[in-house]
Amino acid sequence: MEPKKLIVTASPHLVDNSSTRGLMLHVVIALCPALIASALLFGIRALVVVAVSVAACVGFEALWCVLRKQPLSTGDLSAVVTGIILAFNLPATIPLWTILVGAFIAIVIVKQLFGGLGMNFANPALVGRIALFLGFSARMTAYGYPARTTVDAFASATPLAAGVPGLQALPSLLLGTHGGMLGETCAAALILGGVYLIATRTISAAIPVTYLATVAVMSLLCGQDVVLQLFSGGLLLGAFFMATDYVTSPFTLKGKIVFGIGLGLITSVIRFYSNMSEGVSFALLLMNLLVPYINDLTRQKPLGAPKKTRGKGGAAK
Amino acid sequence: MFAKLKRAAQGARVPHHKGTSGTATVQMPLPTRIVLPMQQHIGAPCTPAVKKGDQVYVGTVVGRAGGFVSADIHSGVSGTVQSIDSVHMPGGAHSAAVVIVPDGSQTPDPALKPPVVTDAASLAQAARDCGLVGLGGAGFPTAVKLAPKTPIDTLIINGAECEPYITSDEREFLESSETVMRGVKAVREHLNIGTVIFAIERNKPQAIDLMFSLTQGDAAYKVQPLDSRYPQGAEKVLIETVTGREVPRGGLPADVGVLVMNVTTVSALGKYLDTGMPLVTKRLTVDGDAVNKPQNVEVIIGTPIAEVLEFCGGVKDDFAKLLMGGPMMGTAVADVNSPVLKQNNALLCFGEKAAHIPVPGPCIRCGRCIEACPMGLSPVEIAGAFQKGDVAALNEMMVDLCMGCGSCTFVCPAKRPVCQTMNLAKAMQKKGGAK
Repeated sequence: MEPKKLIVTASPHLVDNSSTRGLMLHVVIALCPALIASALLFGIRALVVVAVSVAACVGFEALWCVLRKQPLSTGDLSAVVTGIILAFNLPATIPLWTILVGAFIAIVIVKQLFGGLGMNFANPALVGRIALFLGFSARMTAYGYPARTTVDAFASATPLAAGVPGLQALPSLLLGTHGGMLGETCAAALILGGVYLIATRTISAAIPVTYLATVAVMSLLCGQDVVLQLFSGGLLLGAFFMATDYVTSPFTLKGKIVFGIGLGLITSVIRFYSNMSEGVSFALLLMNLLVPYINDLTRQKPLGAPKKTRGKGGAAK
Repeated sequence: MFAKLKRAAQGARVPHHKGTSGTATVQMPLPTRIVLPMQQHIGAPCTPAVKKGDQVYVGTVVGRAGGFVSADIHSGVSGTVQSIDSVHMPGGAHSAAVVIVPDGSQTPDPALKPPVVTDAASLAQAARDCGLVGLGGAGFPTAVKLAPKTPIDTLIINGAECEPYITSDEREFLESSETVMRGVKAVREHLNIGTVIFAIERNKPQAIDLMFSLTQGDAAYKVQPLDSRYPQGAEKVLIETVTGREVPRGGLPADVGVLVMNVTTVSALGKYLDTGMPLVTKRLTVDGDAVNKPQNVEVIIGTPIAEVLEFCGGVKDDFAKLLMGGPMMGTAVADVNSPVLKQNNALLCFGEKAAHIPVPGPCIRCGRCIEACPMGLSPVEIAGAFQKGDVAALNEMMVDLCMGCGSCTFVCPAKRPVCQTMNLAKAMQKKGGAK
């Protein structure tokens, strides 16, 4: 056999066929039912908002890469996911230029200034939403109303603020035929997307399950309407699509459970006891900031590690 | 559920590709020469015991063990020593090597005779004279393993064979069950071990059935089918799966009363006890998309790989990568004329497409490496500490426990070389700790 130049690399020589792009694509697919629902509920304007948001996020990311002379990173689709989720957190009536502000904050300030994909301290879409909410409160709460409402239970408020018994409103909550942010209202579509993400192992069920369960338990304890609390507001979108963001959620199962419970507690406290009717965004932001500490305290125990590893552990370094 | 809270340790869902499992081993004819490097084990290298022009026989010692942790090397052919060369080992290091040209008669060394084994010490001596090393791939001298400092209550026969492609251990069960049992019985008797467990992955049902039928009715023997999950056959992982015991950090299996032996190793020991013929041949799985005739071949140790591949119908035009061992932990070989070593169990040939290494992207902190790590380490966080040069954090996160199984790299969606970073981090911890 004649000598041939062979490739020599360190082991392993085999990798699976997963990719960042593939995972993001799963998230985009999972967001599609809610996207379709939003178009049906809020009309073509919802699609325009989503399209502008996605274009702005991808555009800002591409612009950043060009200006910084970095290889174009838009192919990983993470900016597309940020764009869709940001749009889902906006009312369908929002002026389009406002979306550009949100996208700039999400992509440039929160994501790229901190080092790009994987380095952001909080969920970019989430911070974009919070910034818009604080800066443009009136426009952000001018909720759109479903074009063909069959249940006209809510005149101007989201179900959370309206105080209609949850069980009675359940069909409306599931179908999303009520006022709210454009991607938040249709619970059935969000749950479908969440189940898809879990079934494809894109996300672990731990965070959404513990988050929702904690909110349910807290609602019971505090005498709130469990159904209304679970199926309205930004909870489902937050639990399935924002709390499970890889970069800003803990690594281990233990950490994810702590994270989910923390989210549920903060969301409930804000919803029940503050003058805001919605608490998901701030709960997420607060818990995002705690993730490095949760990771330190919930690290898994290596095989054969001595019994006492904690205590002198996390803090020492 | 609660175990998962402690550590996920999911391992990697590697593809099996055990295409050669159903075909009997083929004996390869005599090679044109054999090259025997003096380092075919973990430990001190051997010193050549022959010189140029010497006549050797099948089984003649050509390399003397260089210390306690070392193993003799024997000739697999009768013939003449052509030279004592220096060769490149697959890892890149140099080693002296004895080159022998066969005379074709394959005369056994007249001094060979079956050993007399009466106790643990003489059994360990037999393993030493056999030149036996861990044949699962590690190459740790068996004689050292057979002299544990603490009592052993459980002998695990490792037949997990969790690496993709490789079927040589499976064929060992099916074709050499007699010598397997001979070796197992000897180890059990002389080391006074209560329980023997054959641990075999479920993707080898024939081997499981055979071992069940051979050990039926004897309560001391158990056959434990294992989930086919990489790296099921890694020693510490296997011990935990089979016995629930955790080998302590820095400790040995003997510390928890367990001895793990690869099935081919124990079979080679059984063969030596019966015949007195030391370890001079090896069954290799030759497979991969760039080899023409994938099969199991019995090869004389020292045979140049190129001759083995020729025997297997040669390689395809796009042949681009050659591995000694499996695709997860095997070593890429630069030179097709490198010799087959004792601890080799497979030669895998891949074409350009399979050899392609994907371009890494930024870490998305998905934590899949943490879920995969069979040792329960946190690769992504270890990589962070490594980049910062934080040796204290590396110590705290016990990067020394990493065995380089590659599960983290395998599952990484960003295609980052996580395992390679772990190896560098391990080296950094070692250097930092020495100060």
